[in-house]
Amino acid sequence: MAKQTPLHATHVAAGARMVDFAGWDMPVNYGSQIEEHHAVRRDAGMFDVSHMLAVDVEGADAERWLRGLLANDVSKLRTSGKALYSCMLNPQGGVIDDLIVYFFDEQQYRIVVNAGTADKDLSWMRRNIADTGANLTLESRRDLAMIAVQGPNARSKTWSALPGSEAVSAELKPFQAAWFDEILIARTGYTGEDGFELTLPANRAAEIWTALSATGVAPCGLGARDTLRLEAGMNLYGQDMDDTVSPLDAGLAWTVDFKDSGRDFVGKAALLAKPQAQEMLGLILDDKGVLRAHMKVFTSAGEGETSSGSFSPTLEKSIAFARLPLGTSAGEAVEVEIRGKRVAAHTVKLPFARNGKVLAA
Amino acid sequence: MSNIPADLKYTKSHEWIRAEADGSLTIGVTDHAQEALGDVVFLELPEEGRSLAAGEACAVIESVKAASDIYAPVAGEVIGFNQEAVDAPEAVNADAYAAWLFKLKPAAGSDLSVLLDAAGYQAVVDAA
Repeated sequence: MAKQTPLHATHVAAGARMVDFAGWDMPVNYGSQIEEHHAVRRDAGMFDVSHMLAVDVEGADAERWLRGLLANDVSKLRTSGKALYSCMLNPQGGVIDDLIVYFFDEQQYRIVVNAGTADKDLSWMRRNIADTGANLTLESRRDLAMIAVQGPNARSKTWSALPGSEAVSAELKPFQAAWFDEILIARTGYTGEDGFELTLPANRAAEIWTALSATGVAPCGLGARDTLRLEAGMNLYGQDMDDTVSPLDAGLAWTVDFKDSGRDFVGKAALLAKPQAQEMLGLILDDKGVLRAHMKVFTSAGEGETSSGSFSPTLEKSIAFARLPLGTSAGEAVEVEIRGKRVAAHTVKLPFARNGKVLAA
Repeated sequence: MSNIPADLKYTKSHEWIRAEADGSLTIGVTDHAQEALGDVVFLELPEEGRSLAAGEACAVIESVKAASDIYAPVAGEVIGFNQEAVDAPEAVNADAYAAWLFKLKPAAGSDLSVLLDAAGYQAVVDAA
C-alpha cells in the first residue's frame, strides 16, 4: 500500500494522474505537464512535497554534530531561519542524501531530506549520534505537510492566499525562512524560480492548497517538477548521484566545504584521497530525439554517461546532465547513443534556464 | 474514462487499427495510451517499404516522461507514415484517433482476427 500525503484526496479529486514515487502515491500531472512547467516559469505553480521528511535536531551538541555529519559547514548559518544545501556523505565519500538544513539557533535545526531516502537517512543519523556520543534529539515530523509555491508571481500569490504572511516574509532573501504563526515560510525551491516552500501542520494542508489555488496558483505534479529542476541544473538524488558517486563528480563541489581545516566530516578523508574524476555538464541535443538517463556520451576525450535527461519545455529541445571525462568543457560537440544510433549534441554550462530565462544555447 | 471508438480494432499494447476499404491498415496509439504517456514530444516512425513482422517494435513514441515502443499489430509492409504527426507530436494528445502514425499493407494470410474489438480493449484498459 503506497503512502499518502495529507493532500492525497485533494489531488485525486482534482483528477491528477497518480503514480508511485519512492513508495508514495503522488500526482505526476493534473493535465498537461508542459503547461504546468510553463505556469511555474511564467506565473506561479505549486507542488505537494509532503513526501519529503522534516527532521528536527535539538540539543546542546546540535551544531557540533551537524558539522561532522554534513559536507557543507553549518557554522556559516548565523541568522535564525537561514538555510543551507548540503550532501550527507558515507565514509567512502558517496552521497547518502542531499538535503536542506535550517538554522534556528546553535541548538535547534531542521533538516529536510528526500522521501526515498528518509528511512536510510534516519538510521544513519541515529548511528552517527551513537558513534559520536552527541547530546541531542532527532524528531521525525510526519505531522507536517510541505507545499512548494514557485514562479515569478509565487510570493505575491502566497501573500494573497495567506493574509498577514507578507509582513514576515517580504524581506526574506533566498535561502532564508521565517515563521508565520505555525507555518515555516522559506524562500527556497527546486525549480530555478523565485518562490516559497511552506511547511505547515498536516491538518491545514488542504485548506491552504485550496486558498493558493483560488489565487491562481496552478497545481503541478512531479513531472513538471522534474523538468523544472533539470532546466535549473539541480541534481536529483538517486539519479544524478547516490551512495557510490562522489559529490565532486556530480557537480556538487560547491557544496563541500573544506575551508575550516580543523573540521572533520564523514567522507572528508575519502574525498581528499580521491579527487574529482569526472566533469558534470549539461547536454543539448542537436539531432531529433529525447535524451534520457544512462545514455552513452562520446567526447573527444573519451566516454561519459547521462544521469538525467528529458525534453525541456523552455528550450523546446531535449536536454540532459552528463558525467564526462575530466577537462571536457562547455561548447564541445559530442555524440550520444540513442537506441543504438549516435546523434549529435553539445555540452553547455549548467543551468539551462532559471528565472524565466534561457541561459544555455 | 477512455475514449474507445467501436469501429476500430485494438492490440493489448495500446495500438488502434483501422481497416481501410483498399485492404490497408492505418495504425495509431489509443487515447488511453496518450493519457498514460502524457505530453508527446517525439515520434520515430517506420520508413515506407519496411517489412514488419507481427509484434515487431517498429516505432517509438516519446513523451516528456518516457519512451515507449509501438508494435506492428500484424505482419506487413509500411506504405506510409504521418509526417504531420512527426512535425507536431502533440497532435497525438489532442486527438489520438485523428493523429494516425503509419499505414501497413498486411502480408498475405495475415490474421486480423487476433486483433481486439472495442469491448476486448476496454477489458484490457480496465484490468490495467
